[in-house]
Amino acid sequence: MMYFSRLKTALVIGACLLGALLCVPNIASAPAAWLPWRTIHLGLDLRGGSYLLLEVDMSTVIKERLDSLADATRQALRTAKIDRYVVTPQADQNRLLVRLGDASQVSAARTAISPLGVNASGTNDLDFTDLGDGQLAATLSPVGLKTRATAAVEQSIEIVRRRIDETGVVDPLISRQGDSRIIVQLPGVEDPNRIKQLLGQTARMTFRLTDENANVGSPVPPPGVDFLPMENSPGQKIAVRRRVEVDGANLTDARAGQNSQTGEWVVNFTFDSIGTRRFADISTKNVNHPFAIVLDDKVISAPVIREPITGGRGQISGRFDARSATDLSLLLRAGALPAPLTVVEQRSVGPELGADSIRAGAIALTAGLLLVMAYMGVFYGLFGWFANIALIVNLVMMLAVLSLFEATLTLPGMAGILLTLGMAVDANILINERIREEAHNGRTPLNAMETGFRKAFATIIDSNMTAFLAHVMLFFFGAGPVRGFAVTITVGIVTSLFTATMVARLMMVRWYTSHRPAVLPV
Amino acid sequence: MFFRPTFRLVPDGTGFHFMRGRYAGLIVSAILSISSVVLFFYPGLNLGIDFKGGIVMEIHTPAPADFNGIRAALTAAGLHEPGVQRFGAPDQVAIRIEAQKTEAATQTAVATVTAAVEKAQPGSRIERTDAVGASVSSELFIDGMMALGLSLLMILVYIWFRFEWQFAVGAVVTLILDVTKAIGFLALTRFDFDLVMVGAILTIIGYSTNDKVVVYDRMRENLRKYKSMPLRELIDLSINETLNRTLGTSMTLFLAALPLALWGGSALSGFAWVMMFGIVVGTSSSIFIAAPILLFLGEKQLRREAKPLPPENASPRKPA
Repeated sequence: MMYFSRLKTALVIGACLLGALLCVPNIASAPAAWLPWRTIHLGLDLRGGSYLLLEVDMSTVIKERLDSLADATRQALRTAKIDRYVVTPQADQNRLLVRLGDASQVSAARTAISPLGVNASGTNDLDFTDLGDGQLAATLSPVGLKTRATAAVEQSIEIVRRRIDETGVVDPLISRQGDSRIIVQLPGVEDPNRIKQLLGQTARMTFRLTDENANVGSPVPPPGVDFLPMENSPGQKIAVRRRVEVDGANLTDARAGQNSQTGEWVVNFTFDSIGTRRFADISTKNVNHPFAIVLDDKVISAPVIREPITGGRGQISGRFDARSATDLSLLLRAGALPAPLTVVEQRSVGPELGADSIRAGAIALTAGLLLVMAYMGVFYGLFGWFANIALIVNLVMMLAVLSLFEATLTLPGMAGILLTLGMAVDANILINERIREEAHNGRTPLNAMETGFRKAFATIIDSNMTAFLAHVMLFFFGAGPVRGFAVTITVGIVTSLFTATMVARLMMVRWYTSHRPAVLPV
Repeated sequence: MFFRPTFRLVPDGTGFHFMRGRYAGLIVSAILSISSVVLFFYPGLNLGIDFKGGIVMEIHTPAPADFNGIRAALTAAGLHEPGVQRFGAPDQVAIRIEAQKTEAATQTAVATVTAAVEKAQPGSRIERTDAVGASVSSELFIDGMMALGLSLLMILVYIWFRFEWQFAVGAVVTLILDVTKAIGFLALTRFDFDLVMVGAILTIIGYSTNDKVVVYDRMRENLRKYKSMPLRELIDLSINETLNRTLGTSMTLFLAALPLALWGGSALSGFAWVMMFGIVVGTSSSIFIAAPILLFLGEKQLRREAKPLPPENASPRKPA
């Protein structure tokens, strides 16, 4: 243990230099773009910013799937010449209930509906149960539900990203968590209110015809018609047909602008080819009738069609101001969310508080380091100072590994670094105490160092292993900033094993071979 | 100071009879742990919003804060029992709102607080907003407890593999006693129990085990070395031999945590105080709890399982 070959010495020193080199990106900018320039990221609690955890409303996803399935089922039953039926979506049981007037047609109905459950990957999402008495239940299978949920979350992430990108937030981080959640990290956004508003709307826009004959005052709307409130005058309702003539998904662009005549804020939009064709079609057939522009079950405006609109361009005016026109055009450009999102967790930190935290952390870190070093110097003399140098190397190595992983440094993470420094010298204390003991037992200096290192080593591994295990658990089960704590401490435990046993030992061996002291300074 | 050690924490060759204090140690520990369990139920832990849900906002007012005005504005806005406290300087206010029924209501409450504060003291700046919904907080709580439980289990398994089972049982029983005391300390000091505190408790567990492993390691070595020494003497000897290291490491960790407690800011000082408490508890439990448990678990069993070392390691040194 007390012999270092040239190669081994070179390797230890090389590792230390490499560590120092890996820290450089944190203090200097990249001289060339091709260099791998990995740095530690500051957590939102230190740099300021907002963290939002969003939950995708899965019940809506299921409900919509069942509704569209119900429509398709009616169609399929008609095609199969089954004429007496009632189709009811039962969202609470994830199923569609089909009641047939003629119980002998159950298997025919089943054959007709079955192809509707086939998904993109070719498997069938529907499980059929014959409930007897001409009742057939088509249940969405758990696998099918999961596929839907995954698709909904993936699509939501895409839309969320587009919406946030449109707002100009720099470096947003959007990722998936678990089955139905989305994490949104917004560096530098102190007040995420606008973003929360933008994400709080599904923004599904539809163009539909109105029913001019319906009496809005009646308690139940006629079949195929909804009474929807007006966006700008909530008391007023309009009878809108359920059938969607053109969907917002057929828009290629939407921009806020001002009407050249009235100066009013409007949103100008452009349809894609399908949208253009359909819109031309309905506007030709319905000249002098109103149609409704509906956003998330609210009517933004219901203008009367003056002439056929065939150019694929249109304008929405709905008592907008500059802000609401901009937001609506942004939402239309980014597209609709497949299901509503709810903010279930929000953490925002202002940049000043973040800077205060960095300052507090840096002061504590410096003071802690100095106290530990003073202690080691006073109580362990020369070998203590070797341990102190190893401690500084350990700090550098930790930062190097954290940079290499591009880890996120949080406030608890800074506490983790500090505690690691306190723990790291434990290995040196163990070694020094053991050497001292062996020297007192009458061993020669070289022999005492040799035995001390060897015997202390097993203890060091055992004692560090347990601490390591505890913090790995914290990493897997912890969330947010506290994971940063687990990261710095586990990294620190590993690097301290290297610095305390290799770096400190190298210094002690070098010192011993050049001085050959008769008595060790322990 | 630069060459020879200036001081020794404990002189060499001490011969404290720690095992004489084994009953006293266990009784004191039991009393502390039982009262901690009582404190855990009454008054209970001060759950932070990570685990309880709700809203905490830190606000910087342009002039010294008008606490009553802010409180009145919040109550007027329909928020139930808003907590409004001074937080550091006189122009810093912490507002706490308890968990709302739904996630959407939590978000609405954030907006309500913002508006009410702006009305009560225009120009206030919101420095921090933490809003945690009920579903998330219960998940975080379960995850936190899982992390604690599993790390105890892993430590049990690890020590069992590396030592004999008596050591593993001794360590884990001691750790549970340590953790209950830390929880009692939390209940007493009213620090928020949140995820960062789970981190602190895990660090205490990690450190305390580390400490026990070192003492156990020495006992195992001595069991092989002194085959005829009574277990009680042998345990005393092992503790005395490792005393400088045990206290030394506690000192360095304590010194590292101290600046954090003093200058680490609100977010970390609670964490650091709990850490420091844990260090003291962990160190004393290595000596007064973990070792006596081994003594009770019995000499015969430990001797039988301990295998003799090769002769060149047998030292002629007599026990102190």
